[in-house]
Formats: sequence, structure tokens, C-alpha cells
Amino acid sequence: MSIWDYANPKRFMQTSGAILPWIAVGSVICLTSGLIWGFFFTPDAEKFGSTVKIIYLHVPSAMLAISAWMMMLVASLIWLIRRHHVSALSAKAAAPIGLTFTVIGLVTGAIWGQPMWGTWWAWDPRLTSFLILGLFYLGYIALWQAIEDPDTAADLTSILCIVGSVFAFLSRYAVLFWNQGLHQGASLSLDKKENVSDVYWFPLLICITGFVLLFVSLVLVRTRSEIRKRRLQAIITRERFA
Amino acid sequence: MPELGKYAGYVLGSYAASIALIVALVAVSLWQSKRIKLQLDDAEKRRGASDE
Repeated sequence: MSIWDYANPKRFMQTSGAILPWIAVGSVICLTSGLIWGFFFTPDAEKFGSTVKIIYLHVPSAMLAISAWMMMLVASLIWLIRRHHVSALSAKAAAPIGLTFTVIGLVTGAIWGQPMWGTWWAWDPRLTSFLILGLFYLGYIALWQAIEDPDTAADLTSILCIVGSVFAFLSRYAVLFWNQGLHQGASLSLDKKENVSDVYWFPLLICITGFVLLFVSLVLVRTRSEIRKRRLQAIITRERFA
Repeated sequence: MPELGKYAGYVLGSYAASIALIVALVAVSLWQSKRIKLQLDDAEKRRGASDE
């Protein structure tokens, strides 16, 4: 059995229907326990006070906002190269989720920035590229809505996705090669000195797992809806010409 | 409730905004899924009836 078998909508619906409840339950368990642990049972940080608790929302949502675009990039490339409809529909399904995570990242970042940096917003390389990524999400969703023919829409949105990947990449790595701006380096690192302290790291890891599982669950739910919508459209078109 | 000190408004605001956005996203996704499933079921029933 190859991974391409899942490009068959029927096979995709069967498999996703079977695994979806497990992933959704895992997401609820991880998000609830991670957020409760982080919010109620971690101490204030010396430099940041209680605002350190925002890390449990900001870091996972920002990571997922970028990762969602990368997932859309892979799905778009599969569409462009192999013309599998499920991949194009999964990219379409992921966009509103990625946009929501981007908005959460921007809002929590602004709320954290006000007391820590003294400003809600700064034209810092990482923040700016992240904002542009959010605008690419809006453009991507608008482009899908604007084009009636689904295959043409999938083609054009795939191209947009490839272009937008530059900003997804910049959002992730801007702090490494642009040695300016307010945003600090990565909160999670293999380097013990850079990494957040263990007392924050474990609940953060659970929150990240919860956000990843939530993303996968929602992508599956929305891709299943897109497949059904496509089938519904086919039936309606057939009825019109009958 | 933990003691959030002078940053309570910022921390609670972050949690409220994020949870509201996540709940809205999940609710809209599930509502759309249910609506399309019902529409497809209806259409397939119509199709089955016209085939008979």
C-alpha cells in the first residue's frame, strides 16, 4: 500500500473517519492539561512576571501558523505535480486554520509586547514577515473564493502558496540572520542555555502537541467537508443537465 | 486562580482572545461539516429516488 492510495477520496474518507475521533480526543486532552498546567501550576518568570504564561498560547500558535503554510506548500506541490484533488482540497482546508493561528500569534504577541517592550507593535523583521504571512493567508482564501473553476483555483492558489512560503520561511528564521529587532530568539532550542527552563518547557511541549493535534483534526474535518462539497456540486451539475 | 499581579489584564486578555478564536474556528468547522453532510445526504437520496 502506498501513500498515494490516500489520494483516492473514498479511501481518504474511510481512513480519516476512523482516526479523526482519536486525534480530536488527544487534542482536547493535551490542550486542556497543557493549558491548565501552564496557567495554574507554573511560577512567574523573573524577567517577565506572569506574562510568561502567554507562552503556552503564543509559541504553539505561531509555530503552527508557519507549519500550516508549509503543509499547504507540500499539498500544493503534490497538486501541481500529480494532480491529486485531495491534496488541493487539504491545502484549501488548512488555510482558515493557519489564518486563525496567525491571528492568535499576532494578538498574543501584541498583548505580551505592550508590558514587556512598551509597544503593541514594532516593524521588527520577524513580526513584519509574520504579518505578511497573515496577509498571504487572506489572499489565498480570497483567491479560492474568487475563482469558479476549482482546478484553476487550485492551480493559482498553489502558485500563491509557493510565493508566500518565502514569508513563512522568513517568519521562522528572520531572528537568526537579521540581527536586529525586538523579537527574541527561539523559545525552544536544543541548546540548554537558550531553551526555556524545564518548569515551562514540559507544559509548553504538551500545549504544542495539543495544537498540532487540533490542527490535524481540523484539517481532516475541513478536507472531508471539501470532498463532500465537491461531490455535492457534481450531483447538482448532473441534475441540471439531466 | 493564580496571582497574576499587575499583568493580570494582559494574561487573561490573551487567554480569552485565543480561546474565543479557537472555539469559533472549531464551531464553524463542525457546523459547515454538518451542513454539507446533510445537503449531500439529501442530494444522494434524490439521486437514488430518480434512479429507481
